[in-house]
Amino acid sequence: MAKGMENEPSRAPTAWHAIVREALKRNDVRLVTYVPDRVLTPLIDAIHKDDFFTAFVTTREEEALGIVTGAWMGGMRGAVLMQTSGFATLPNALASLAVPYQIPLLMFVSERGTLGEFNLGQALVCRTMRPVLDALGIENHTITRLDELDFIVDRSIKQAVATQAPCALILSPLLTGGKTFAH
Amino acid sequence: MNIASAAPHHANLKLTSRFDLSQRLVALLTRGEAVIGGIGNTNFDLWAAGRRPENFYMLGSMGLACPIALGVALAQPTRGVVALEGDGSLLMQLGSLTTIAMLAPKNLTIIVMDNGCYQITGAQKTTTAVAADIVAIAQGAGLKQARWAADEAMFESLIRRALAEDGPHLIAARIDDKPAVATTERDPSLIRDRFMRGIGTKS
Repeated sequence: MAKGMENEPSRAPTAWHAIVREALKRNDVRLVTYVPDRVLTPLIDAIHKDDFFTAFVTTREEEALGIVTGAWMGGMRGAVLMQTSGFATLPNALASLAVPYQIPLLMFVSERGTLGEFNLGQALVCRTMRPVLDALGIENHTITRLDELDFIVDRSIKQAVATQAPCALILSPLLTGGKTFAH
Repeated sequence: MNIASAAPHHANLKLTSRFDLSQRLVALLTRGEAVIGGIGNTNFDLWAAGRRPENFYMLGSMGLACPIALGVALAQPTRGVVALEGDGSLLMQLGSLTTIAMLAPKNLTIIVMDNGCYQITGAQKTTTAVAADIVAIAQGAGLKQARWAADEAMFESLIRRALAEDGPHLIAARIDDKPAVATTERDPSLIRDRFMRGIGTKS
């Protein structure tokens, strides 16, 4: 760095999806699997555009969990992106694979079903998410603030790896803007 | 035997033995290939066929042998990786075949032991016992190198080819309705740790 550059304005990213992408890169999380979600689209796009990542769609969230589990055992860190209803398909695979086999599975869940939800099915399934995580003893955080995002993501990845345990990071509409009703 | 030609419909194939095929498979794994054993009889007979540190045994998460194997194959592209799965398990996660076809990992082979039943729960019929054809499904999913093994010799030939040539490959065999000859130990963290050391992730 050239002398005097220390006082240059920070170029740290300011959009939520860019902050998540950078935290993944900083922690060498190279594999990103996902079942799409409207709110996650800018994050998915940003990851696809970055050659650092191996990123692809899967047909079910369970499948993504299995792929990330295998990759971890093979020496590659990975994350699964999903929405609330996708998380609701996971309890069996979490309880019989990720938790007992001590896999640092990183889950990013776009939270639907709250703060302006328009689909009753989403609202109901959302209420099952935290009780399931708590019943399985899975570390989870709901991220609502941009200024806390990098800290939570960065520290959660490090803790998941160090403690060999899954972790769920719930991205609140307060952070992402959520999905609004299409008139 | 002509392994390049279209195989007959699976209903006409010889019923082989899961344990016998598992032993034949293990004997052909000479380069440290990783094997992901699907839940139940499939990984029980893999276990019985000989302890290998490169074997991973599932105790639940039915249907995830192929996804787990895909993950290992992506993380270690120079190591051969085998997913060993039963028909009932594969039927739970058919979408994973389309993902594997999309990514086309050269080092991945899927082996399906098709007994047409959920043997371990009381031998209730699976849908492959009636109409579904695993190899046709795989080919439709985009796995062009999917073949039925008509007998033990063809099974071995297909394995040799899959381990030597770029994949992904899928090999299916009809097996009888016998239970496995042994059961795995049931210690998940031990299984995981041994596997990670076996494939060089931990030392």
